Amino acid sequence: MDSLSSITPPEKKLGNPLKKRFETFFSDLYRIHLFIIRFFKEAFVPPYEFKEIVRQCFEVGVKSFTLISVTGFIIGLIFTKQSRPSLAAFGANSWLPSLVSIAIMRALAPLVTALIASGKVGSSIGAELGSMRVTEQIDAMEVSGTKPFKFLVCTRVLATTLTIPILATYTAFISLLGGFVNIYQNEGTSYTSFMQQVFQPLNFVDIIQSLVKAIVFGFTIGIVGCYQGYYSTKGTEGVGKAANGAVVTAMFLVFIEEVIIVQITGFIRQF
Amino acid sequence: MEKVKANIDLKNEVIKIRGLEKSFEDYAVLRGIDLDLYQGENLVVLGRSGSGKSVLIKLISGMLQPDKGSIEVLGYQLANIKEKELQELRTRIGFSFQNSALYDSMTVRQNLEFPLVRNRKGITRKEIDLAVATVLEAVGLLQTINQMPAELSGGQRKRIGIARTLILNPEVMLYDEPTAGLDPITCIEINDLINEVQQRYHTSSIIITHDLTCAKSTGDRIAMLLDGQFQREGTFEEVFDTNDDRVKPFFDYNFIK
Repeated sequence: MDSLSSITPPEKKLGNPLKKRFETFFSDLYRIHLFIIRFFKEAFVPPYEFKEIVRQCFEVGVKSFTLISVTGFIIGLIFTKQSRPSLAAFGANSWLPSLVSIAIMRALAPLVTALIASGKVGSSIGAELGSMRVTEQIDAMEVSGTKPFKFLVCTRVLATTLTIPILATYTAFISLLGGFVNIYQNEGTSYTSFMQQVFQPLNFVDIIQSLVKAIVFGFTIGIVGCYQGYYSTKGTEGVGKAANGAVVTAMFLVFIEEVIIVQITGFIRQF
Repeated sequence: MEKVKANIDLKNEVIKIRGLEKSFEDYAVLRGIDLDLYQGENLVVLGRSGSGKSVLIKLISGMLQPDKGSIEVLGYQLANIKEKELQELRTRIGFSFQNSALYDSMTVRQNLEFPLVRNRKGITRKEIDLAVATVLEAVGLLQTINQMPAELSGGQRKRIGIARTLILNPEVMLYDEPTAGLDPITCIEINDLINEVQQRYHTSSIIITHDLTCAKSTGDRIAMLLDGQFQREGTFEEVFDTNDDRVKPFFDYNFIK
């Protein structure tokens, strides 16, 4: 027993992994920071990869479209259904469209879109770039005098930043449709009346807040997916880790950004 | 195919390396490498797996930074080179990867067009098509032009990988294990292709391998990398005319007695 303890001191056993995790965390933070700076340095300098950006926008849109349509509709429907009893207790059923509208436009549409896109698009970007790194395709681009960062990273980040707000708008529309179906079934409210009540409580700040959120989420999903894939370690294990890391980190950051943006908007609303 | 005697200009060094050192964490891979590659020459770097052969050509192409020493490629000192100059220099160097590194999501045509379109500003569609057809014809795979990399055999992938580097008319070729994982017949075809590239495109090449057949049939000069340094250098016969225990098993294993 004594001889074993002398080989590996207990404090070393506990201390090293913790120290390593801290070091990894801060070095990752530093590298992400450099990665973002590099994106802004290269993305807006010619030559532009318009064709690839359009292709990536299409990829992002198509990959998430079906899932967003189904999820958005169900969320609108269920949210309306679950909110009804609470409002009914106060005899305020007529406020249901306004409540659904505020919830969907302010929070649910960008958040749900971002979470779905993190899973579908973020993981796909992480895995794709990770496998390109592992099979030396990124190195091949680099040694052939082209800029892999510009072609692979800038195009994907721009695509997610541009496409997620469009998808979030679509999610809002489809969720409201889900809400309308439920309200029509129960209260028989007409579509025109529903829409009037939907837009009544919304103001300019709500629309801008939703748009800003979607843009920030889109940028985050793109950057995190690209970062995880671009710097994935060698081997097939690295590809899996890149895909997984892209989803987990993007979702975590999306929630943090949601809180920050809501706080900032709350502050702005006071004026 | 018999190797044609190369036209080597011994006064013109396209690559000049002095005192090159590279370590990964505590492991010193290269420990003071000196190397000259002459115009028109095929230099084979032999060595065991993990001996630092691939690291050497990655340092030459600027993918890795040396810890010590100097690398001069086509007149450029890599230590002082600017990013734009490095990018321009890389268009003059062809790098053939061990696993070909073809872009999976692109067809053979798109793979070949990719470096061309991005490095030759104002190139017309007609010129691109002609360049693609020329290199594919040079590697004997014109019929694969619209295929995806996944549909190609290992040998075909190697050839397309070489074709992709040839499309920019490189002056220097770096081959990383060109015959690794191929059957003996395909190996011979790849060796012939390397010699053909040397003759047709007047390239100077560094061929990284541990395949002695490849070394013998493509190399004008052989350098043996052992313990992070070039221990033996010369013609194939000169390198293996030794009783060195580190070199002899290499020969015995490759040419089964």
